[in-house]
Amino acid sequence: MQYYMQERSLAVSSAKEAAEIYTKKHNSFFAALPFIGPFLILVILFYLIPVILTIAMSFTGMDFTLEWKFKGLANYLKLLGDKNARLVAINTIKYVVITLIINVGFGFVLAVTTAYFIKRENMGLLFQTIWMLPRMTPAVIYALLWLWFLDPTEYGMLNALLGNLFGAPPRDWILTSPMPVVIIANGLIGASLGMVVFSAAIKSIPEAYFHAASVDGATDWDIIRYVVIPFLRWPIMFMTIWQTLSLVTSYEYILLITDGGPLNKSEVWALYSYHKAFGSYEFGYGAAISVVLVAIAVIIALIMLKVFGYDALMNRGKTKV
Amino acid sequence: MRGNRKLSMALLYTFLILVSLPIVVAYLWLFASSFSSKLIFGIVPRELTLRNWRFLWSEVKLGLTAFESIWPVTLNSIILAGSITILEVVVSLLAGFALSRMDFPGRNLIMKTTIILHAFPGVALLIALFYVLNFFQLLDSIMGVVLVKVALELPMATWMIKGFYDEIPWELEWAAYIDGCSKFQLWYKIILPQLKPGISAVSIFAFLSGWSEFIYSYTFLFNSEHYTLAVFLKNLIGDFRFLDYGLLAAAGLFYLLPVIVFFLISQKSLMRINFGGIKG
Repeated sequence: MQYYMQERSLAVSSAKEAAEIYTKKHNSFFAALPFIGPFLILVILFYLIPVILTIAMSFTGMDFTLEWKFKGLANYLKLLGDKNARLVAINTIKYVVITLIINVGFGFVLAVTTAYFIKRENMGLLFQTIWMLPRMTPAVIYALLWLWFLDPTEYGMLNALLGNLFGAPPRDWILTSPMPVVIIANGLIGASLGMVVFSAAIKSIPEAYFHAASVDGATDWDIIRYVVIPFLRWPIMFMTIWQTLSLVTSYEYILLITDGGPLNKSEVWALYSYHKAFGSYEFGYGAAISVVLVAIAVIIALIMLKVFGYDALMNRGKTKV
Repeated sequence: MRGNRKLSMALLYTFLILVSLPIVVAYLWLFASSFSSKLIFGIVPRELTLRNWRFLWSEVKLGLTAFESIWPVTLNSIILAGSITILEVVVSLLAGFALSRMDFPGRNLIMKTTIILHAFPGVALLIALFYVLNFFQLLDSIMGVVLVKVALELPMATWMIKGFYDEIPWELEWAAYIDGCSKFQLWYKIILPQLKPGISAVSIFAFLSGWSEFIYSYTFLFNSEHYTLAVFLKNLIGDFRFLDYGLLAAAGLFYLLPVIVFFLISQKSLMRINFGGIKG
């Protein structure tokens, strides 16, 4: 029967039509299931359900026994009165805003210098490779490098340097200024992402624009201001929103370098949730803190859909910015 | 004008070298420190030694406690990263095909939900994931970490793969249908061979992220038999931080080596993929 169908359609029209008829016939959900099934099972079990569970758990006093003891809004009321939470919220805002400026701003500077000013491609690539290194490095090793760099004795690079240059006594940097440490450590990683994305965008600007501008007597500064930045408007906006989301929700490097300390001085919201859950086993309370992140993430995702449009985001896989 | 140009280029290079130097120095330290017992100015090696690498052939001891040997730990890391890679590649190859080529009911819903989920980082879900893993009795097992990690990375990996599928011309499929291919044969025989760049991109990405994985292993694995290199090194840092940087540097370098090799091999494609990664 199948063969007959195909031959008939071939006889009457083009190959394209035959394929379309065949495709339509086989495009039920069940035909797709063998392909999409494993994906759905994994994503639903370990992604979608956890989102729902986080919300449900936030209304319970769950501890390490993992029993559901519903207690309504108690966790949220507790959160409102939690003095630490207030400090952590302020920390988070500081951390996100300043790191974001480094990520996008310094990322842009790196991109312009390595992809526009340096005309020798190998040279630009060399610097970009150096900046990619921390990003590729496993988080634990990256944290180790920071711990050594900031070591409180003269063994640490920073103290050795300041001691030899200015005779300054060694300082415990992580103890005295944990927030700047955390911000710079994360900024370095984020800046490399900005660099890669913006460089790709700069390389995709048609050469003719640069030629036309220099014929008109534009300086390098003019070119950046009137050619490069307008072309990079979308990537810059995308990076800003995307990085906001990553910064609000990620805490791996902070956990490894300062662990939020000393005295919660570098504790951020996401890490606070982690500490509540896996430090003092208040799973319910930790979930309530996480729900705030869930809300922020959903809002940011919706903003992204709105600003950039569904289609643009769908094609992100190809990363042609 | 010309002299001016030269001067500004010189300034530019000075700036780039100054900001990049700390990174280079940090990695040089890792190398230098692992092979010497003494460093001057924090970086210049004086006495060369292999003692820092002793974890390769003997147990590391601190007082009375001995650390587990690094080899089973390394094996765990290989199993973890390898399983993540295989599972992630297979599942995203299948799903990418359905999303790119089949028009089934629910496709749009799946795509839209995944894009919102994709924006949603897994680390914020750690508590609920703990519950789910406990429910399936997968806590304290490497396979549990594998499943979690793959699920959280699937949306991104599937998108990448879908992008590669989208670039394969439809004509190939028309021809295959006319020859009487089934959907599965079409996928396996005609399309997969066209997808090699996509497959290698996703594999490299999945392997590196599996190898570097820290937070899920750290939270979901309790028994030292299941430790991965990341957890092992984290514990080592906790105990030896002020005592023996040489040992830490050597262990760190040991753990970093595969990453550097992969990085050098696949630098160009990595630069492109990294766009999607969730890192601050």
